[in-house]
Amino acid sequence: MSLLAIKDLSLTIGETEILHTIDLSMQKGEIVAITGESGSGKSITALAVMGLLPRGSAPRGEVLLDGTDILQTTEPDLCKMRGNTMGMVFQEPMTALNPVQTIGDQVAETILIHEKTTKTAARKRAAAMLQRVGLKVAPTRYPHELSGGQRQRVVIAMAIALRPKLLIADEPTTALDVTTQSRILDLLRDLVREFHMGLLLITHDLAVVADIADKIVVMQKGRVVETGQTQALLANMEHPYTKALFEASTHAVCLPEATQSAPMLNVKNVHRDYPMARQTLLGPRPSFRALHDISFQINQGERVGLVGESGCGKSTLTRAILGLEDVQGGQITLDGEPVFTGKHPNLAVRRKMQVVFQDPYSSFNPRHRVDRLITEPFHLLETPPTGQARRDAMTKALEDVGLSSDDAGKYIHEFSGGQRQRIAIARALIIAPELIIFDEAVSALDVSVRAQVLDLIADLCRKRPLAYLFISHDLSVVRTVTDRVIVMQAGKIVEQGETETVFANPQHPYTQSLIAAAPQLPTLGMVV
Amino acid sequence: MTRYALGRLTSLIISLIVASVVIFGVIEVIPGDPAAFMLGVNARPDTIAALRAEMGLDQPLVTRYLDWITGLLRGDFGQSWTYKTPVSELINDRIWVSLPLAIYALILSTLIAFPAGIYAASRRGGAGDITIMGATQLGVAIPNFWFAMILVLIFAINLRWFSAGGFPGWDNPFQAIKSLTLPAIALALPQAAILARVMRSSLLDMLGEDFIRTARAKGLSRRQALWKHAVRNALIPVLTIIGLQFSFLLAGGIIIEQVFFLPGLGRLIFQSISARDLIVVESVVMLLVFTVIMVNFLVDLAYAAVDPRLRTKA
Repeated sequence: MSLLAIKDLSLTIGETEILHTIDLSMQKGEIVAITGESGSGKSITALAVMGLLPRGSAPRGEVLLDGTDILQTTEPDLCKMRGNTMGMVFQEPMTALNPVQTIGDQVAETILIHEKTTKTAARKRAAAMLQRVGLKVAPTRYPHELSGGQRQRVVIAMAIALRPKLLIADEPTTALDVTTQSRILDLLRDLVREFHMGLLLITHDLAVVADIADKIVVMQKGRVVETGQTQALLANMEHPYTKALFEASTHAVCLPEATQSAPMLNVKNVHRDYPMARQTLLGPRPSFRALHDISFQINQGERVGLVGESGCGKSTLTRAILGLEDVQGGQITLDGEPVFTGKHPNLAVRRKMQVVFQDPYSSFNPRHRVDRLITEPFHLLETPPTGQARRDAMTKALEDVGLSSDDAGKYIHEFSGGQRQRIAIARALIIAPELIIFDEAVSALDVSVRAQVLDLIADLCRKRPLAYLFISHDLSVVRTVTDRVIVMQAGKIVEQGETETVFANPQHPYTQSLIAAAPQLPTLGMVV
Repeated sequence: MTRYALGRLTSLIISLIVASVVIFGVIEVIPGDPAAFMLGVNARPDTIAALRAEMGLDQPLVTRYLDWITGLLRGDFGQSWTYKTPVSELINDRIWVSLPLAIYALILSTLIAFPAGIYAASRRGGAGDITIMGATQLGVAIPNFWFAMILVLIFAINLRWFSAGGFPGWDNPFQAIKSLTLPAIALALPQAAILARVMRSSLLDMLGEDFIRTARAKGLSRRQALWKHAVRNALIPVLTIIGLQFSFLLAGGIIIEQVFFLPGLGRLIFQSISARDLIVVESVVMLLVFTVIMVNFLVDLAYAAVDPRLRTKA
């Protein structure tokens, strides 16, 4: 008998049909990955297995876990099963833990609610479990004292404390850095082997899937479109959606040759210190050095990537370049002019730079129409265009990013994530800046949309000489859209050079570890 | 934790100093000559001069301020002009009505609000939730003196369970508490309505958090997740409101004290303002400010007890 068998599962919430006749089965000790883009129904399938469907859901079919139909089980019996027979790990480790309880107590709780045991005994077992998941801090610590990776280990310890038969992990590494991601994936793989449990892994990241899963289930719009053993499926993809998904993930854009020209942005020996809280009542304020002797150049028309893990100073550097904050040492100039003068950003320089942010959902004012949103940078100009000239500039910017002038009158909620990111790029392009900063600009997008946006960027490079600084934690994306790459660690630049050279032959140990940790998709058709 | 407490203590001391300067400034400096003000328009110049000398108004401003402050620290609040007794005695008589009344009302309001808020949140959208929210809407809208009058009508005049007003003193604690019960209920009801609404919305915010989902995935029932994980996190905004309410209950009981003929601080201030007895007003206001700041200090400490994230921050 299989450990988990989903048969003919359909689900509607209100009038909307979310899942259509899902079939899926897995054995003990097997790792099955459900993959697909956002809205494909991956997470809701996982919640159905946990019996944690949102209110108003009407499921039909069977979800058999070890022979018990979850859909027919009463809530009290489900409570007995959750945490005991099946455990779940969620995506966002920063918010998945109760902030006012120690991590040891939160793990012990899983034991205490399912077994008749003393608090002391449960705490002892919790401590052992925390050690087993590789956490090297005391169980008396609170979540806010831990890093994202450490918190995810706590969540895993909570889910597996009673050695469940099935562990469900919903995007367990999406919010983590690459090196942390590979360590957490290793841990999950070891645990599956040691406890002989089933792991249902939900992820949009195909490289992760290919790396760890025994079996892959590809979902699209609430349907399973293809299922198969990992090796076989990768070697012989049948459904066009699967093929499209894999192609988009390994998408390499065709970047035109960079035009060799004069230096433009010059960052020289920059230090950035943040004041911290005083240690004593009237003592001196200690400071934290977020940027340490940063020097690099970007030439006109050059595409530069910036990679590094969270907290390495990428965002601080962005703010410094944009002249949003002053620096404590060194100088940043664009075309020889400082980006920050006195107490303000230098407006003369500022109009030559624009930025595209990560989150296409929260980086726009929802009350403004697109025309107002994208023409906002005009206020940087001394003589902003008016009337027809303004409308022409707007139309050109929208058409350049693949939208039409009709979209100008719409509000931002009428657009999809990919379209919003196009609007963000249109907003950046409208004053024809010399430099655009893409701050994790494609990180929140689905693979196919991401591929389109990357193509758009390459296309824009062909139309006009465009220089940009492309900041991302995703190495494969940086590799394809940049000429040169800068690697940062803990506020310092540890390596910089031609993108291909750095990726093919990394010199610094940190760069080497980053590249080694990044999960790789096998080249299509090469897998046997 | 110690550093956090020390930080709050520093802020408490600074607040007290600033408050004393402001109160002193407003009362002694702004109305012109306090002595002339206290005696009214028809006062004879020699009476005013006598009062000026008695109040020490011929002294420089800084000396007067320092005298006042050191007096307060020693428990010497000065001599009331209208009552001709030390202000400390006046306060001492009344604080033992106002303080217990405020604490009584606060306990009642918490006892009503917590269960009501938690119940409403756990039955979100249900009949219980709608009933409780409707009741709190009324509670917020209706002024407390109206409640007071209704309570007197029902429980004192019709049922004769309680007396309609007055305070027998603490010689018989049972009678004292009994006579404070109706005023405490009248004060507590509107406060409870506000507190229950805050508790409900704060809990609902918490119930939407990821860690509640995590708790459910561990096998906790909805109710267990609510009690073990949501309530303590929801307490932080609730504590803020409790702190503000206590201050209001202590100083804002004037009308209720009038309705129930209670010899409390509110009445003392009211009478002193009517009699233009600035010495009493000044000291009682400072005392109230002191209590409010102390309560907020305690609320700050309670935050840290509830939320470990505050303990590590300076």
